[in-house]
Amino acid sequence: MPDTLVALYVFVLACFIGYYVIWGVTPSLHTPLVALTNAISGIIIVGALLVTGLDEASTTAQIMGFFAVLLASINVFGGFLVTNRMLAMFKKKK
Amino acid sequence: MQISANTQALAYLVSAILFIFALKGLTHPSTARRGNYYGMAGMVLAIIATLLGAEVQSYGFIIAGVAAGALIGAVLAAKVQMTAMPQLVAALHSFVGMAAVLVAIGTYVNRAAAGTLNPVLMTELAVGIVIGAITFSGSVIAFGKLQGLISGKPVVFKGQHALNAALAVVIIAFGAHFGMTESVFSLTMMTLLAFVLGFTLIIPIGGADMPVIISMLNSYSGWAAAATGFTLQNNLLIIVGALVGFSGAILSYIMCKAMNRSIINVVFGGFGSDSAGGESSAAAAALEKGVRSASVEDAIYWMEDASKVIIIPGYGMAVAQAQHALKEFMELLIERGVEVKFAIHPVAGRMPGHMNVLLAEADIPYDHVLEMDEINPEFPTADVALVVGANDVTNPAAKTDKSSPIYGMPILDVSKAKQIYVIKRSMNPGYAGVDNLLYYQDNCSLIFGDAKAVCEGLAGALKGGGH
Repeated sequence: MPDTLVALYVFVLACFIGYYVIWGVTPSLHTPLVALTNAISGIIIVGALLVTGLDEASTTAQIMGFFAVLLASINVFGGFLVTNRMLAMFKKKK
Repeated sequence: MQISANTQALAYLVSAILFIFALKGLTHPSTARRGNYYGMAGMVLAIIATLLGAEVQSYGFIIAGVAAGALIGAVLAAKVQMTAMPQLVAALHSFVGMAAVLVAIGTYVNRAAAGTLNPVLMTELAVGIVIGAITFSGSVIAFGKLQGLISGKPVVFKGQHALNAALAVVIIAFGAHFGMTESVFSLTMMTLLAFVLGFTLIIPIGGADMPVIISMLNSYSGWAAAATGFTLQNNLLIIVGALVGFSGAILSYIMCKAMNRSIINVVFGGFGSDSAGGESSAAAAALEKGVRSASVEDAIYWMEDASKVIIIPGYGMAVAQAQHALKEFMELLIERGVEVKFAIHPVAGRMPGHMNVLLAEADIPYDHVLEMDEINPEFPTADVALVVGANDVTNPAAKTDKSSPIYGMPILDVSKAKQIYVIKRSMNPGYAGVDNLLYYQDNCSLIFGDAKAVCEGLAGALKGGGH
């Protein structure tokens, strides 16, 4: 099976996981959900690291990679920290 | 230390599982924080596994980028006001979009230098760039509207849909040409036009449709990450992209359903641009009956000895930052033995779940806060319903007036409460431009004023011992 087809398998099956997991999220946590997905879509940093870290990468590619790493890091740190800050506010009746 | 490609792939698998657990944690507030930590662990693992892989050999730019990004992200997360969460989220969506574009172009540059381009890869690159660019410029517009930098009104012009369709066709043509010929000119044109398309797609959508737009762009940012995963043959990116993409898609669906509108209608509708529906006869008749206005003291008289009060917060509460005053008022009522509950409509506020976060910020326990389906059966037993800056979501016309633009939209059954007080700044109609029939009911009175000032007044009057 060609690699692209394997990737397609992974993609479609992951869509099903997404579908079932997200329907289980309680509506009161929809804002933290959006913030958390912001954080984990920062996973694009993996792509940014691969572009930037390539030994023979040209300066152009490295500069583009640098900005991609920067933006993705803002997502990762900003997303997880703000989600944590919000979730800390959700308290039960004392 | 360097790890093999197989070890790296296994680490990515663990990381993907951690992300799934992270989302799963949001099933309940009590497990949510643990979920967030799973997410952090997954991210740390993925980054370390990538850095230790054979492909990453040069670290200078990476360290600089992560350090700067970490600083900016941490400051943003610590400083942002809860009312400004929609803006932050829109900004973060735009960053994912831009990062996807940069990664795709960077990959193209690297692979072109190495001479390893092929048509499948170039098609995937083109798709990644287009989705990323649309996400970026669309999110920038959404940010501008939320922040008030550009008008929140829908900007509608003639030939809009034709323009968007033409843009899409031209983008696909340039993309196909790039895939076949490696033409840098086509790549550039495709990228620039995709930025333009993101702009023209979002600009016609009005401010109060923001919950849908935020969700939609959330979805796009996921698809952008998934497309990047295809170009890099990276399954972790594909999995995470699919999870995020579906999350946004499901939220868009929930928001649209809560407004009884199709996603097509939201995206292409320019809703809220029409003036109030003129043919609505019931509304016109009710207008002549006039509305009652009440003072803070009147409202307190009804609430201080009530057995149950339901509070309905809306975007007006967020704008006035009235949640803290409301919390104080809630506590005073509870001290007097009144049962207090909050009723949340799915589209209240500017993003999904916005009201819940604001109430949580004010330290209102989440077990007092109920969703529409849970609270609706309770309205008939409520002595008082207090509406704070919400409008359309309480309008009984959605159930009774077939000619109303909001007919069919699920609403909070506020009209069934014994006594209704509405805190409102003016008689201006709500976002949909429809008159609220609730205000003309015999048991409904309006308290005119700023939501925060009125809530402080209510709390003050109760503290003074009531009547």
